[in-house]
Amino acid sequence: MSTQEQYPIDVEAVREDFPILRRKVGGDVTTPGEGPDDTKPLVYLDNAATSQTPKQVVEAIVDYYYGYNSNVHRGIHHLSQEASVAYEEAHDRVAEFIGASGGREEVVFTKNTTEAMNLVAYAWGLNELGPGDRIVLTEMEHHASLVTWQQIGEKTGAEVKYVRTDDEGRLDMDHARDLIDGDTKLVSAVHISNTLGTVNPVAELADVAHEVGAYVFVDGAQSVPTRPVDVEEIDADFFAFSGHKMCGPTGIGVLYGKRHVLDEMEPYLYGGEMIRKVTYEESTWEDLPWKFEAGTPPIAQGIGLHAAVDYLDDLGMDNVKRHEELLAEYAYDRLAAFDDVEIYGPPGDDRGGLVAFNLEGVHAHDLSSILNDHGVAIRAGDHCTQPLHDKLGVAASTRASFYVYNTREEIDALIDAVDDARQLFA
Amino acid sequence: MGMGSDMYRQQILDHYKNPRNYGELPDATFSHVGENPSCGDTIRIDVRLEDDDETIERVAFSGDGCAISQASASMLSQRLPGATLSELKEMDRDDVIDMLGVDISPMRIKCAVLAEKVAQDGAMIYEGEIEIEETTTEDDV
Repeated sequence: MSTQEQYPIDVEAVREDFPILRRKVGGDVTTPGEGPDDTKPLVYLDNAATSQTPKQVVEAIVDYYYGYNSNVHRGIHHLSQEASVAYEEAHDRVAEFIGASGGREEVVFTKNTTEAMNLVAYAWGLNELGPGDRIVLTEMEHHASLVTWQQIGEKTGAEVKYVRTDDEGRLDMDHARDLIDGDTKLVSAVHISNTLGTVNPVAELADVAHEVGAYVFVDGAQSVPTRPVDVEEIDADFFAFSGHKMCGPTGIGVLYGKRHVLDEMEPYLYGGEMIRKVTYEESTWEDLPWKFEAGTPPIAQGIGLHAAVDYLDDLGMDNVKRHEELLAEYAYDRLAAFDDVEIYGPPGDDRGGLVAFNLEGVHAHDLSSILNDHGVAIRAGDHCTQPLHDKLGVAASTRASFYVYNTREEIDALIDAVDDARQLFA
Repeated sequence: MGMGSDMYRQQILDHYKNPRNYGELPDATFSHVGENPSCGDTIRIDVRLEDDDETIERVAFSGDGCAISQASASMLSQRLPGATLSELKEMDRDDVIDMLGVDISPMRIKCAVLAEKVAQDGAMIYEGEIEIEETTTEDDV
């Protein structure tokens, strides 16, 4: 079991950057913010759903709104130029963060991971897929990927197949090699399962897919926030993630695409900002990535994401990864010590920074309500992986997920609250 | 007020652990089912009417799910006998919350009202007012 000394991040200093972590909860929820009846210190363990936002990111957004708020790419005036430069640089910075050597041309800002997935589904999938083609997913896909490609399969006649997970929640790579055949045009796989915590061998999957000429889409919503990611080492054709799970604001996601792949794709949304020349008869498209960013884009959010990436790089993504692993292992070990707790996914020393579990005899929603009474914020439900929960044989699970500001003491608070639920329902 | 443990006062836990009228009525006048897929809560309600075809004589329920949804069904099965179908159909969310005797947090309302809605829809199907296969309260927040 790990000790506090091994943790590479100075959590006390980090927590100073997140004012929300000082608040108390438990009172009236109809008025946002801390009120007089809020008496329980917040223990925030729902980071896989959304992370908290440090002052540095909020300040970058405030600086934009107070100092140079303007639309981008359409004004010659000073503010618009400042906003345009900052917004474009945010693309470059994100490209650098994920190892996209093509820079901004390979980085499209979207609303979130789901929209990035849909962008490729509509702009590429609908046009390129048909009967006889195969789409290969994993059994642990988030609905963002699963539902999207299921629909594209229905619309185009392409068949959808799922790579099995084994009893420990790992991908069955032999099954993957069987499924990914000459008809396969796309493999879409989650990098880290938001339910099982499994870290999937996406680079190996990409190799298998590329041997048959298929594209690979990696859903990095849980990986980019929590570990160093290099899209070129993975050799992903597409890669997507969301800003709000990595200290950034909501309303922004990222689609990375290899330049030549994005170049060949038709636009997804039409309108302003994405065009070069328009007549009453026809239009031509702007260069990458703007071709895929129709309308006024998420300017403040892009600038906020830039600040979030700076923040994480200052901590060091290797340190973030180690911190996540240590917390996940500690939580796993503490939960696994109870006979009446069932944990899903691989062992504690081989997973991303989250642990989903059930307490025998207590529905996940009841457990989460009782944890809430202790000020412990966790996620209860199907975590947007309903078919996976069906396979696990449960309707819902309770998930604790960790980030750079979480401590072992907070996991102890979780365990105490679980124990209280155990007593209540005994 | 805090809602967590308050929501699990003794009465709710008692009905959850020792559900009343659990099972099916072999001579039910009508039955109906409901499910909230995101929670996995399922409820079946069986109702037997008296000879006037209006007064509820007996109610049984079966199902699976969280303490709030199951305790609510158990309490309802005790509450309804003697009431008329019209009275059942007039019940609303506040009646259920009064019956449970606790504050229900906004995210859990759908669990609390599932049994009531299943019974109401069952009555309306029986009287030919609606035609549905299954009830859900997933959108009730």
